[in-house]
Amino acid sequence: MAFGLIKYGLSPSYPGKRFLSRQPELKSSYDVVIIGGGGHGLACAYYLAKNHGVKNVAVLEKGYIGGGNTGRNTAIIRSNYLTPEGVAFYDESVRLFQGLSEDLDFNILYTERGHFTLAHTDAAMRTSRWRAEVNKHLGVNSEVVDREDLRKLVPCMNLSEDVRHPVLGALYHPPGSIARHDAVAWGYAGRAAELGVEIHQGTEVTGLEIEGGRITGVVTNRGHVGCGKAMQAVAGLSGVMAAKAGFKLPIRTVPLQACVSMPLKPFLDPIIVSGSLHIYISQGSRGELVMGGSTDPYPRYQTRSTLDFMEGLMAHILELFPFLADVPVLRQWAGMTDMTPDFSPVMGETPVKNYYIDSGWGTWGFKATPVCGKRMAETIATARVPELLQPFRLSRFEEYHLVGEKGAASVGH
Amino acid sequence: MKIIHCPLNGPRNAQEFVHGGEVVAMPDPHRSSDAEWASFVFLENNVAGVVREWWCHVPTAYWFIAERDTVRDEFIRTYDASELFRERVEFTRPAAPKGDAPNGQGA
Repeated sequence: MAFGLIKYGLSPSYPGKRFLSRQPELKSSYDVVIIGGGGHGLACAYYLAKNHGVKNVAVLEKGYIGGGNTGRNTAIIRSNYLTPEGVAFYDESVRLFQGLSEDLDFNILYTERGHFTLAHTDAAMRTSRWRAEVNKHLGVNSEVVDREDLRKLVPCMNLSEDVRHPVLGALYHPPGSIARHDAVAWGYAGRAAELGVEIHQGTEVTGLEIEGGRITGVVTNRGHVGCGKAMQAVAGLSGVMAAKAGFKLPIRTVPLQACVSMPLKPFLDPIIVSGSLHIYISQGSRGELVMGGSTDPYPRYQTRSTLDFMEGLMAHILELFPFLADVPVLRQWAGMTDMTPDFSPVMGETPVKNYYIDSGWGTWGFKATPVCGKRMAETIATARVPELLQPFRLSRFEEYHLVGEKGAASVGH
Repeated sequence: MKIIHCPLNGPRNAQEFVHGGEVVAMPDPHRSSDAEWASFVFLENNVAGVVREWWCHVPTAYWFIAERDTVRDEFIRTYDASELFRERVEFTRPAAPKGDAPNGQGA
């Protein structure tokens, strides 16, 4: 690497291969068209080609790959959820993430940090115990720790009782990790393209062609494309795409904001989250503190940053880490999330035959990228929804069989 | 700080308001099917554009209707709910005609 840098730094031509080959012309039809080139869509394309031999696949992305919510989350990976359905699902994702750099031959900078969900009330302590027991039952490493344990495990955190919301304890989840989120999208894209998947950037799907209740093609800004099967993976705009397919979703589009500080020397190893204070904070590999909060108070199709969010977030962050008061914020941004009434995703079949959906990614989408890609690929290739995804079917709402996931990041206990 | 024009209290800070969801017609709770009721309760139009929604000014517990652009984040118009709702909604169960047990739920 270092030699190459010196050698080719002085050479006018660089022989390294391009990550993605030149974008081909759109074919008249594909076996599978995936709408949305974020982590989820690209992962699905990769597993379709790798695990199921389905290689006549096109990923259509209106902007550039990983340029939407894949690059806007706070890159936290964990599986310490509350419902058995959620824990099993996210646990498979964590396991896939652990081997992903090797699988993709691309460093996604996956680092295991340990994850603390702070509890400030007796009710939150009770929920922590509940989550720890559900996790342990399903083989996920989680335990409840008290304030004395926290003093040793997170020495830089303010555990004084002299604050508005003193910390009583936490749910400790050692496998909690962070990774480079855009590397995940690029890793999947590169390997999928090598296997024959076509990735079309700057290609917006403007309409769907449905005949006899079955998807037959999509209309794009570059012309018509026929397809045997299609999947939408456009979280944030799921409702807009579903409307083109003629059905409604239990989803509201709500912005979720985050920010990073200027880079600091490493001082915060674990990821700290508080459901009651609506904050999460971790120190990324560049030394920046990555901070996020709860979703905005009302739905919007917009990614504007607000001062309200920053004030609310910082009031709580400074209670836990008062010494950050003079640290400047470097960037603030927002993504658009798919908020569902039960804080669980919506995946699988839709009322339109051969048209599959991957949506309902509120504050929990990035960490589900590998498992969702793998299992949605299985769904599309075999036309059978795997047991792991069954609880998250769209029809659960008309069956009144919701998956109340109170372990999600935006939920207070 | 964003300012919302409350029909009762005039312009107030956005933090004083809560969003109450889209204004949609409620199906007859006694006669709708489970699927119709689920659609009313859970499914959203989630329109990217101008929507008509319920909002509440919390300090005065006053519910009103707002027309809002969800893409531009602009309030177009706010008005009292009496502009749309002129009749009282009765929630008492009407006496069912003989042999008519909607949804098989009984009384």
